[in-house]
Amino acid sequence: MYIKIAWRNIWRNKRRSLITIGSITFAVLLACIMRSMQLGSYDRMIENAARFYTGYIQIHKAGYWDEKIIDNSFSWDQELLAKVENTEGVNSAVPRVESFALASFENKTKGGMVLGISPEREHELTRIKDKMVEGEYLQDNDEGAVVSEGLAKYLKIGVGDTLVLIGQGYHGANAAGLFFVKGIAKFPVPEQNNQTIFISLKKAQWFYAMPDLITSMSLVVDKAKNVDRILADLNGKLDMNYLEIMGWKDLMPDLLQGIEIDNISGRIMLWILYAVIGFGMFGTFMMMTAERMYEFGVMMSIGMKRVKMQFSVFLEMLMMSSIGVIAGISISLPILVYYFYNPVFMTGEKAEAIEQFGVEAAYFFSLQPSLFYNQAWAIFFMAWILGFYPLYVIQRLKPVEAMREA
Amino acid sequence: MSGVIKAENLHKVYSETKIPVKALNGVNLEIMEGEFTAIVGPSGCGKTTLLNIIGGLDHPTMGNVLVANEDIANMKDGELIDFRLKNIGFVFQAYNLIPVLTTLENVEFIMLLQKQDKTQREKRSMELLEEMGIADKANMRPSELSGGQQQRVAVARALASKPKFILADEPTANLDSKSTENLLDIMAKMNKEENATFVFSTHDQRVIEKAKRIVTLEDGVIISDVKK
Ligand SMILES: Nc1ncnc2c1ncn2[C@@H]1O[C@H](COP(=O)(O)OP(=O)(O)OP(=O)(O)O)[C@@H](O)[C@H]1O
Ligand SMILES: [Mg+2]
Repeated sequence: MYIKIAWRNIWRNKRRSLITIGSITFAVLLACIMRSMQLGSYDRMIENAARFYTGYIQIHKAGYWDEKIIDNSFSWDQELLAKVENTEGVNSAVPRVESFALASFENKTKGGMVLGISPEREHELTRIKDKMVEGEYLQDNDEGAVVSEGLAKYLKIGVGDTLVLIGQGYHGANAAGLFFVKGIAKFPVPEQNNQTIFISLKKAQWFYAMPDLITSMSLVVDKAKNVDRILADLNGKLDMNYLEIMGWKDLMPDLLQGIEIDNISGRIMLWILYAVIGFGMFGTFMMMTAERMYEFGVMMSIGMKRVKMQFSVFLEMLMMSSIGVIAGISISLPILVYYFYNPVFMTGEKAEAIEQFGVEAAYFFSLQPSLFYNQAWAIFFMAWILGFYPLYVIQRLKPVEAMREA
Repeated sequence: MSGVIKAENLHKVYSETKIPVKALNGVNLEIMEGEFTAIVGPSGCGKTTLLNIIGGLDHPTMGNVLVANEDIANMKDGELIDFRLKNIGFVFQAYNLIPVLTTLENVEFIMLLQKQDKTQREKRSMELLEEMGIADKANMRPSELSGGQQQRVAVARALASKPKFILADEPTANLDSKSTENLLDIMAKMNKEENATFVFSTHDQRVIEKAKRIVTLEDGVIISDVKK
């Protein structure tokens, strides 16, 4: 009965209700798309950085993170590997020797990041084989190098050419070597694409004069959300005097902070959007109440309790908000599902302009459930707050006055 | 036989205005079960005020109102709503009906609030609509009915739950003479058939003529009380 009354009351003033519902729908739609894009880009940034570079977890020699020098390296042995890989949620461990070196070819020289890798394990973490654009990928104990595309372009070096690397090795040893370029790989993150050189782990240990040592071990985990649990497990298992274990949040504090700041600005935008919609809703609720004073008076005179009237009016507001929310989500869902599976990659000048800032020129979308129900909550919360006005009016209503004034 | 309504020494002063208005100045009135009473008098004499007070819609400044031997003058507003639901039927001058409900649903409304069951509600409502000659309008909305038809629906609604009495403040004020006569005939019929007690106010001479008891107010006091 109350549902019937509430439902019919909504359609009493079709135009106004449709405008109100429409504005809620629009707000939810806009908010969902905006948030989806934001959260999607965060996920992508974290994924690019973690999944395709640092890993969600890294193990180093204690003190390495504060002083990233080759002297802070630790031994890559079977016992440690077994302990790590037997931890639940860890799929595999990826060893690296990571250091800087000057890279030159003919008359061009540039500082580069040299990564000594175990080719198959590295591929498991970073899918690096898929990024090869020319030549061949490394094999175990390979003598050659894979150069990132941006760096190769800068040095004007190609497959088959010989790259000169000069750096500083373990405990101050001189490090110099010639590497023939076996392949070229292209990475989405410009910072990575413009300076990375991959060589085999063995070759790197020879180059830096640090046999059997590595600077980091990145872990491939099954799910990003398991990271905290895995960290805790490993902390109990490994010798924490000798090693340090870090999660992606510690590994990329700048990224995390950047995301948080962006996230806050996104939320402020949302609040502004909702404030605008809120005024519209309030206007509707106010008019609804004002034009029904006489009716409320009659209903109360013939014996309808205030709570029942309030319940009916509240249902009406709830229904209106629900229709708007459901419509907004139903419209945004298919759109977002589509773009989730088909992210938008930009091309041409615009893309280049964006990539100069070190950001991938693409729009990614998130389908996190919270993204949808947060909008629903926001609307219901507002309806709830604004709905106090009609409820208050009814609470104070005196039938005789209500009917006389109307 | 004791009265369904017993008003003793009713005073009402409206003091929200700049100059306080004395709307009732010591009204004593007893209404018996089954009576068909018109409250008459010039505009501003206090008819509406009196009906509101004996209907539990407003409180007297002084005096007692006993309805079915319960003192309603001192009841709290919340209790009064419930008391009205159980004991009193109301017909107002106009716009009595809930616009989003059909004729039938409007008639059922009070019984619904009283939590009577559906079959009983529908049976009683349809019977009343037949009596009123508007059974064919059962599924129409109030806005599709004429003023006279709307008032008949309001009378049906007021009667439906068999209240102790029905108060009607100028029920015919917005009706043409034909509808007025029709409505009064129906009220008289229901008064006879169901022994329903009616108290209504009016200006209309033809309405006054149909009443069996005529109470005349002037300046907030009863100046005559005639039973036919
Ligand atoms: N809420 C109020 N505040 C102040 N004065 C009021 C109020 N209601 C009624 N009055 C005054 O009380 C007096 C009686 O009013 P009431 O409405 O009872 O008269 P009435 O007999 O019903 O008149 P009418 O025939 O015009 O309906 C009038 O002088 C009126 O102006
Ligand atoms: Mg009046």
